[in-house]
Amino acid sequence: MRPLSIVVRTGCDLFAWFLVIFGSTIIIHGDVTPGGGFQGGAIVATFLSLLLVAYGGKKLLAWANIGIFNGMLVFGLLVFFLLGFMGFPHSFFFNFLAVPHEIAQATGHGVIPPSGTIALMDIAVGLEVAGGLSLIVLSMFKGVRLFREEHFEEESGHDR
Amino acid sequence: MKKTIFVVAAILLGAFVIGATDSVQLFGDPGKAPMDDYFIANALQHRSSENVVTSIVFDYRGFDTIGEAAVLFTALCAITAFFREGRKRP
Repeated sequence: MRPLSIVVRTGCDLFAWFLVIFGSTIIIHGDVTPGGGFQGGAIVATFLSLLLVAYGGKKLLAWANIGIFNGMLVFGLLVFFLLGFMGFPHSFFFNFLAVPHEIAQATGHGVIPPSGTIALMDIAVGLEVAGGLSLIVLSMFKGVRLFREEHFEEESGHDR
Repeated sequence: MKKTIFVVAAILLGAFVIGATDSVQLFGDPGKAPMDDYFIANALQHRSSENVVTSIVFDYRGFDTIGEAAVLFTALCAITAFFREGRKRP
């Protein structure tokens, strides 16, 4: 995939990290505002797609580290399952960290939001979805590249 | 022998399914919805999550979310296996 023109690349420079911040906001505030882990994770994963479209595959594959996304995926899944299992003396997926609303309003916020495991699971699932979708984009692009011929043309933008 | 067991099991399953249709709600008849009322009334008080949808997805119906996470993971495994780098053709 060839890189696009300098207009697109400058737009990508401007907006790419804002996508990550926007997605992270949606993930972190999943228990108080609309959205949550799945939606925010999907927004974060668009970061990689935007880079792939704007900068081309060669630059992206040199830059992107698959281990990071793999780690995000595995860490999110493990934290999600662990939080589900930690409620086990009561039941699977019991919210053992939740503080009832009246007490939470009276005493103010702590480090963990009063919704307990809901907020933590939001973050875990957000990490998992972001890592998983980014991995899907990367591995599909790599796989599509395999079907081409061995000799690649040197990538060059439209403006060069 | 296997066929007999299979036929008996199929007849039993069919009988259970037909019997279970008695207690299914009719179409166009919402009837009572005790779960909805319980969530709307108590989700904020018990879980203090202002987004009731999230409290349902990650708390009351956590099994459902495990299924969704498994779907994503399975899709990723399938895509990675399908697009893996194999040996080069001679």
